[in-house]
Amino acid sequence: MFDEFTGPFIIGHMNYWLFIILMMTGLYIVVAKGNLVKKIVGLNIFQTSVFMLYISMGKVTGGTAPIFPHDLDIDPDVIYSNPLPHVLILTAIVVGIATTSLGLALIVRINEEYGSIEEERILEIEQAITVAENTAHGDVMGGRG
Amino acid sequence: METEILHHTRASFQDHLPVLVILVPFLAAPLMVLLGSRRLSWPIAFGASVAAFGIAILLLAKVIDGTEISYHIGGWAPPLGIEYRVDAANAFVLLLVTGIAAIVLPYARESIKTEVPVRHHTLFYALFLLCLTGLLGVVVTGDAFNVFVFLEISSLSTYVLIAQGSYRDKRALTAAYDYLIMGTIGATFFVIGLGLLYMATGTLNMADIAERIADQGGNRTVRAAFAFIVVGVGLKVAIYPLHLWLPNAYTYAPSAVTVFLAATATKVAVYVLLRFMFSIFQPAFLFEVNTLEFIILPFAVLAMFAASFIAIFQNDFKRMLAYSSIAQIGYILLGIGLLSEAGLTAAIVHLFNHGITKAALFMGVGIYVLRSGGSFLDDIQGLGRVMPLTSAAVVIGGLSLIGVPGTAGFISKWVLVQAALEKGWWPVALMIVASSLLAVIYVWRVIETLYTKPPASDVIAGEAPLSMLVPLWIMAIACVWFGLDTDLTIGASQTAAQGLLSGSAGMR
Repeated sequence: MFDEFTGPFIIGHMNYWLFIILMMTGLYIVVAKGNLVKKIVGLNIFQTSVFMLYISMGKVTGGTAPIFPHDLDIDPDVIYSNPLPHVLILTAIVVGIATTSLGLALIVRINEEYGSIEEERILEIEQAITVAENTAHGDVMGGRG
Repeated sequence: METEILHHTRASFQDHLPVLVILVPFLAAPLMVLLGSRRLSWPIAFGASVAAFGIAILLLAKVIDGTEISYHIGGWAPPLGIEYRVDAANAFVLLLVTGIAAIVLPYARESIKTEVPVRHHTLFYALFLLCLTGLLGVVVTGDAFNVFVFLEISSLSTYVLIAQGSYRDKRALTAAYDYLIMGTIGATFFVIGLGLLYMATGTLNMADIAERIADQGGNRTVRAAFAFIVVGVGLKVAIYPLHLWLPNAYTYAPSAVTVFLAATATKVAVYVLLRFMFSIFQPAFLFEVNTLEFIILPFAVLAMFAASFIAIFQNDFKRMLAYSSIAQIGYILLGIGLLSEAGLTAAIVHLFNHGITKAALFMGVGIYVLRSGGSFLDDIQGLGRVMPLTSAAVVIGGLSLIGVPGTAGFISKWVLVQAALEKGWWPVALMIVASSLLAVIYVWRVIETLYTKPPASDVIAGEAPLSMLVPLWIMAIACVWFGLDTDLTIGASQTAAQGLLSGSAGMR
């Protein structure tokens, strides 16, 4: 009974379990960490987990690398892995790199303007700006400061 | 429906239109960066978006009679190759997006002069075109993974465009960063959903997925895919609890960017949601999981009230409009949630009408920012007398936002109320009217400050430059025009709604 459970369900789906763990780790870091760079790291882990999901589903049991022999003399008995998810994930990797670099560039600019990359500090500064604005423009709201 | 299949070998210029609408802005963007000339960048950007608009008109003319164009990228036939598919529904969205782009660009030219440093103008226009490319690609493609790629092209350029507002207010940077985090999570959820769909069906072509999914509606993989895709796209749409990126992003982005995003980006995301919900997952499947009735509908109603209520208490006109956008998205989702032909028609009509209404209002805000340096209510007070033409257009936009008869906003709310009554859900109909009353309050606050108070002493008097005034009035007149002549909007929406409700049959 136990073997039946661990066998196909846990071991057999190991990639998918790892995918879920990685995904949740990444998502947790994005939500829980206050440092903007760490958030990007979390986002990266989150995205990488998806690469794993896609690559796992491209695997065909007993399949080899999907490369045809040079003379294109294809043996019908050879099983090939599905190359399509790999190709898709190449695209997703490029998107991930673009997102990461853009995120980091934004952090550099935020650091220049706010002098901090800690979310708490940034929120404090923004709150101060909002309060100042409300005092300056508050008349229309009946002088609420 | 007849599907016209094109082969690479005998294709003429006309046959390449579905890909050209994307390629023109896509190639113009790097071209203007390579040329590096500040003088040439605006004409190139404007030329490219007008060309795209022209192509969109040609495409709509081709498919308005119900034919569909299936274009094979590189001559590779689907399902292996990527297919672009144009039908009446997405040709209509193409027309809206390219049209708004062509109208916003003349407006942007003056607007960004004061808001973005001159050395960034070339890159600004390049990103604008890339954003346009992404949005058009999302609409025109018939390949599910391609939707993700184009969604990311438009999203990445949007983040940068929003961050350009940092020269006026540094909070644009954190707004862009927050949007980047949330947008990427949304996009990644979307990809996970696509992965699960691919697992269940073994194909990425939308029409093929739809066909194969029909056999396995109750499959748990398919259900998980549905959940991931709805949440992922929901982040882009700014469905009520997922809307947190929107107010800051709209408030701190440069005015021209806000106009473009408010009128097109969320609308394209709604289109994706509709395509996936109805064309790929079958309407029957939707009934089964009851997602709409128990999740989308309550949140839509919540958005209508909560966001309108927050809007009332804003003292920044631009921010007020941003919150009102969330409420208006609530109306669109309500229409979808009614899950009837009338409801869907209302949703699509409101998609269009709200697009032009918000474009007019945000254009007005941009002009006020240009002339008085801010969009707070005490910055704009009394401007109704100093800038009569601009303010008149803003008032028209405001009336359309409330839904006063004779404006576009009235038509969509009328259709929506009718759809609710048709289902016998009169409390929902009452709520639509009640939340419109909230809109009366915040719009009236603006009109009151514009006309009854004296202008601030340091205001630089004078109307807006003509290149901003003309786009603004085109939008304002469109608000009235589509409030009186509803043949195009309701007609096209009805066709689109019928197509969507027929499920995958609508894609064959």
